[in-house]
Amino acid sequence: MLKSSVDRVAEATPHAIARRMHGLSDRALAWLFVAPSIVLLLAVNIFPLIWTIRLSFTNFRVNRPNAEVEFVGLKNYLKILSDRDIWLTMQATAHFLIWTIVLQVLIGFTLAYLINKKFRGNDVWTTIIVLPMMLSPAVVGNFWTFLYQPQIGLFNYAVGFLTGADPSSFSMIGDVSLAPWAIIIVDTWMWTPFVMLICLAGLRSIPPSIYEAAECDRASNWRQFWTITIPLVLPFLMLAVLFRGIENFKMFDLVVQLTGGGPGSITELTSINLKREAFEKWRTGYASAYAVILFVTVFGLASIYVKALNKVKQR
Amino acid sequence: MTFRNTRSLAAFGTLLAAGVAYPGQASAKDLTLCWAAWDPANALIELSKDFEAQSGIKMKFEFVPWPNFADRMLNELNSGGKLCDLMIGDSQWIGGAAENGQYVKLNDFFDKEGIKMSDFIPATVVGYAEWPKNSPNYWALPAFGDVVGWSYRKDWFARPELQAEFKEKYGRDLAVPKTFGELKDIAQFFQKREIDGKTVYGAAIYTERGSEGITMGVMDVLYSFGFKYENPDKPYELEGYVNSAEAVKGLEFYKELYDCCTPPGHSDAYMSEDIDAYKSGQVALHMNFAFTWPGINADANVGGEKSGYFPNPAGPDGAAYAQLGGQGISVVSSSQKQEDALAYIKWFAQPEIQQKWWQMGGYSALRKVVEDPGFATSQPYAQTFLDSMAIVQDFWAEPSYASLLQAAQKRFHDYVVAGQGSAQDALDGLAKDWTQVFDDEGKY
Repeated sequence: MLKSSVDRVAEATPHAIARRMHGLSDRALAWLFVAPSIVLLLAVNIFPLIWTIRLSFTNFRVNRPNAEVEFVGLKNYLKILSDRDIWLTMQATAHFLIWTIVLQVLIGFTLAYLINKKFRGNDVWTTIIVLPMMLSPAVVGNFWTFLYQPQIGLFNYAVGFLTGADPSSFSMIGDVSLAPWAIIIVDTWMWTPFVMLICLAGLRSIPPSIYEAAECDRASNWRQFWTITIPLVLPFLMLAVLFRGIENFKMFDLVVQLTGGGPGSITELTSINLKREAFEKWRTGYASAYAVILFVTVFGLASIYVKALNKVKQR
Repeated sequence: MTFRNTRSLAAFGTLLAAGVAYPGQASAKDLTLCWAAWDPANALIELSKDFEAQSGIKMKFEFVPWPNFADRMLNELNSGGKLCDLMIGDSQWIGGAAENGQYVKLNDFFDKEGIKMSDFIPATVVGYAEWPKNSPNYWALPAFGDVVGWSYRKDWFARPELQAEFKEKYGRDLAVPKTFGELKDIAQFFQKREIDGKTVYGAAIYTERGSEGITMGVMDVLYSFGFKYENPDKPYELEGYVNSAEAVKGLEFYKELYDCCTPPGHSDAYMSEDIDAYKSGQVALHMNFAFTWPGINADANVGGEKSGYFPNPAGPDGAAYAQLGGQGISVVSSSQKQEDALAYIKWFAQPEIQQKWWQMGGYSALRKVVEDPGFATSQPYAQTFLDSMAIVQDFWAEPSYASLLQAAQKRFHDYVVAGQGSAQDALDGLAKDWTQVFDDEGKY
């Protein structure tokens, strides 16, 4: 009779190991298997977080190994919260966050709605649309600095062609009023496909029978859209907003490549400002407090949002 | 586990250990030199072949582009990393690197090997090697002399029709400017002018926000207008010096120059963007460090007789100063190959190597090289280099230089490029920021 593979492995297991394993409960075995992941999580995520919180109450500077580290209490937190420049970077981040999300949701949903219709070349168009999100943000940043170049940039040329303005008369990344929009345009170009894909998943999850029933009830397309499509896609849309919100709150690479935070500090988002404090000015304690404040903000907002999302899903 | 399996595992372990150990043994006779990724670094690779042949030590190089150079290398120094045995670090790092024990002090080594700092250009010794400044405590050997100066389109200046038009408009010859006022006139004259069917612009200047660009450009002009970092009689007293009326005029001038005479989109330009603007024939005047001049001289488009060079012109009161660039070479304290690293510095300090360094495109700081009677005529830009090195001033080299620099970057960019507030506001704010930094440092 052929032996099962389990039997063969059991027979091949050395006696010493078999003896040791004997008597382990399922629970103990489960712990044994997940322990490496938990240890890794503690080492890579939890320990640095606790260490950062600890550092945030000190004046520690990583570039001064010989200097005495003093406990400064809440001084770093108070300094940050009363710093006008930091509130300006928060404002810049909020402007970037709100507009990118609004545009990406509107355009992303519209594209998904159109792509969801059956037409010739549907797959090809889907592939073309999702291409930008597959590129590296650093590459996209560099690429768009050329497009925005007043003398040779295609973007300026296109705007000039459409409006009759001289392409070299405006600088998208050098002008205070245009630079915030320059980074919004690029982020929207890059990440709208992501929102589109999530919305597409939502649209394709709606059973056709619901629309058929609505048509039997003589519901207009407009009514079907507002009473069937939107409510059923809403959880997906909200999920997309959550992902994009978290991502854009910590936006760094794309904006650094495009504007470096300039002109002046107009596009200096919180993550860029935090990096300057931590790794250019080397104010480690201060930067730790800054990071903790940002973490609490994102975590708090995301938690409230997730609760709202769950409520929408339960409806 | 059977005995046979144990033996196999042991054999595998031995092989693995041998594999790991082998590269370690091979790297015992090599040195890693860290520097910025730029033209002089390529020249140093060539120059170092002589050291490799003499010593049998293989040289490895870690070059990082300028915008990321400080981030990457200061991370390395602060973390006690062992990547770099030798560091050609920026002059502003010297205070922090000395006080935090990141560089090896070289006084005993210099004494033992007979290397005298008096053999080097004094400004480079103060700027690149000493900490505290003006004290005989040496942490580096001056490796690469550099200074901000100007190159200009000599061929455009020589055109009779442009000369005539300029003379009619300004009542003087179109020639190398003697003052910053004249420089702005020239830049304005060329701004949006058609030359050979192409629109050209006045000047490419530093405006970069991310690292140190705009500060280097603004300071280069401010010195000649009368800016002082501090009260000469009372160190760290900044109020009334950093934001003096003269300094305000200097900053206003820089903004005017930016607004009137730079190419479109020149809002985030540093060394490479300025070189590109000049080499592509876009601008008549080009502010940049002297390291760019050999490349310009050899360039097919603007090189040779087409370009000329001049040091910073004078400010309103006739004073002329220039921003120091350049670096010294240091031994990194965390290196385990300090003896070999010192051997490299000993080799590099030799006059014949320094002479070769200059010939290959590296700006030697050795007086024997630069004071040679043939030096000034050895290259079209050599005299300008000498003249510029004679008038240098440098940014803070304090351990807190990074905070001081970031404050300046923000204040200058906010005013010059973003056009927010006035020059007085910018310098008042800067004086306040710097005072806060020094207060945190316990200087008061």
